[in-house]
Amino acid sequence: MSENIAPLKVRPQPKTEVRKHIIVVRVQHNFGVLTRITSLFAGRGYNIESLTVGKTNEPNVARITIVVEGDERIIEQIIKQLRKLVETLRVRDITDVPHIERELVLIKVHAGEDKARDEIMRLVNIFRAKIVDVSPDTYTIEVTGGSEKINAFIDLLRPFGLKDIARTGTLALVRESAKVKEKLQE
Amino acid sequence: MPKKRGADIVIDVLLEENTEIVFGLPGGAIMEVYDALYKAPLKNILARHEQAAAHMADGYARATGKVGVVMATSGPGATNLVTGLATAYMDSVPMVAITGQVPTHYIGTDAFQEADVVGITRPITKHNFLVTDIKDLALILREAFYLARTGRPGPVLVDIPKDITQQEYNYKMPTEKDVIDALPGYKPHYEGNPVQIKKAAELIRKAKRPVLYVGGGAVISGASEEVRQLAELARIPVTTTNMAKGVFDETHPLALHMLGMHGTYYANMAVYHSDLLIAVGARFDDRVTGKIDEFAPEAKIIHIDIDPASISKNITVDVPIVGDVKIVLQKLLKELQKKPVEWVSARESWLKQIEKWKEKHPLSYKQSDKIIKPQYVIEEIYKVTKGEAIISAGVGQHQMWAAMFYKYKYPRQFLNSGGLGTMGYGFPAAVGAKFGRPDKTVFAIEGDGSFVMNMQDVITAVQYRLPIKIAIINNEFLGMVRQWQQFFYDSRYSSVCLAVHPDFVKLAEAMGAVGLRATKPDEVRSVIEKAMEINDRPVIMDFVVDREENVLPMVPAGKSYREMILSPKQKGEAETMYLVG
Repeated sequence: MSENIAPLKVRPQPKTEVRKHIIVVRVQHNFGVLTRITSLFAGRGYNIESLTVGKTNEPNVARITIVVEGDERIIEQIIKQLRKLVETLRVRDITDVPHIERELVLIKVHAGEDKARDEIMRLVNIFRAKIVDVSPDTYTIEVTGGSEKINAFIDLLRPFGLKDIARTGTLALVRESAKVKEKLQE
Repeated sequence: MPKKRGADIVIDVLLEENTEIVFGLPGGAIMEVYDALYKAPLKNILARHEQAAAHMADGYARATGKVGVVMATSGPGATNLVTGLATAYMDSVPMVAITGQVPTHYIGTDAFQEADVVGITRPITKHNFLVTDIKDLALILREAFYLARTGRPGPVLVDIPKDITQQEYNYKMPTEKDVIDALPGYKPHYEGNPVQIKKAAELIRKAKRPVLYVGGGAVISGASEEVRQLAELARIPVTTTNMAKGVFDETHPLALHMLGMHGTYYANMAVYHSDLLIAVGARFDDRVTGKIDEFAPEAKIIHIDIDPASISKNITVDVPIVGDVKIVLQKLLKELQKKPVEWVSARESWLKQIEKWKEKHPLSYKQSDKIIKPQYVIEEIYKVTKGEAIISAGVGQHQMWAAMFYKYKYPRQFLNSGGLGTMGYGFPAAVGAKFGRPDKTVFAIEGDGSFVMNMQDVITAVQYRLPIKIAIINNEFLGMVRQWQQFFYDSRYSSVCLAVHPDFVKLAEAMGAVGLRATKPDEVRSVIEKAMEINDRPVIMDFVVDREENVLPMVPAGKSYREMILSPKQKGEAETMYLVG
């Protein structure tokens, strides 16, 4: 029967790279809206790296910044599914748009010996962080910045012994200059 | 304006939305609404189980295109709706579910019959609401109807605490504008991008081996006529999904019938060899595509769909067109008519090839004079009803035979749970369909396994004197699972034997319906004819069929169309036949 087999033909599959994306979502600030967003991610098996939510200058509008990793196809699906939610006002992937990215982190680190205390102080200065609480054997440090800076800072503190970390997750705003450029293109 | 009770506001909105019928079952938390229903000028159907009530509303909606309304009480009433809502959600059926909730001040206390219904139904509804203030009640209900019927339709649930149904409020009926203003982020796109439509027309002109792949979106949008015009104008053969049966007359020479797992040989061959696939309101479900990277491997794909999230989800398409199928097809037709093309000659060899495939492997089965073949029952129902009946099927082998061996002429003629695959759907959906289309003969074609999942509601059909014809294709098996066990698990029949059944004839009589049985092929016709004569109650026909008949052709799950199983070599053994190029 082999002569009857149709030749094997394969659909070309688009190749895309997996990378981190920052997606900004504006939603009606209704009861349960955050659950809708998070359960969308959970139900479809997308992993959220970070998610922050807060009120905006407009009444009843909240802004959610989501950092998520995936290839182009998954990110496109995520954006479409987010847009499909009835309470969603706007969804933008700002990864490739010039933007400011910040995260606030509180770090409690062991600092019992004088040598460690000095060394940590030095790092705090270099990274323009702030010591916001001191105990006989710990410092609590506040630092803001983009994810690269934050991760570098945490890595440098790690050898001293981290006691606890609280991160807000990434916040991001598109640069105004990028908006002007977009308008011109439109 | 005088103050009104919350429950009466609910009824006012139902009437404003032209609701003519409500399916449901009352309970503590929704009693106030049922009290208001008592004197309301709309039909109120008492089901025997909330799941059946939900399928009734769904069947009503699918058969008529109107919004189906279902009501249930809090807690178990609402959780019983879950399967019905998920079924409607997967198949984009416009429905509004109104559920009672425990009084506002009890919410969160684990009160009697309390469940977080908004939480439970969030991923299986298009949207849902918990009403927390009577001031919002009318607007939320109107939003629910608006969301249910516009864009890609779907079920919307409104959860109303009991105290809100009891409070009084001086309200004004919200206008459509109020509704739209309350939903600033909801803007379905209907028109279709003209640049993309032009590109699509260009591809259609150039294509040598085009196929139209039409799905449920064409039914919802009412695009039957446009599909026919496009097919005839551009001479394109049409395959329809399970959800789109009848949207293109299956007796038309360009009809390829269903594609996919249990698609016809010629539909699957045409799709596999096509150089252009025009997907119209279809969503490249895995039961359609099989192995995705071998699906229509040489075809460029045009995808018309109202839901942008359906486009390039499972398969990357070349020309995406977001819009209402009917509107987009009208524009596409205009675009194609701008330049005259000799379609007939351009397609001749392709259509000839398809004719050859049709001749080589038509849909068929081996008839017997000793034992009833299930396909034969469907063919006889087709003949007796002259192809005019509405057919509602459960899920399983009988569903596929009902899809294959009844030739559908009209959209909304074949109702079944295509996406979720809900056993127990067929009969209650037939009840809803009969209420919506009393002028039509309505058949519930059910499997024995499927039927017993919701057979309690035969009582409802008896109560309302509905002459529904229930044909049980009884093989005393969970037949589709048995078929998979035969093919893929060396015939180890694990938990599929349903030899212990009620006597369906006696059951029918006990419930106040008529019971009939056929055990031999020559009894089939007379049983159906007898059933057709009964006009004041449901009839249950027990067709005792060949126990181990298989649904063929079949593309095993996740496999390529190249590995389609066409016919059994002998009992118990399947022969794989590869596609002929």
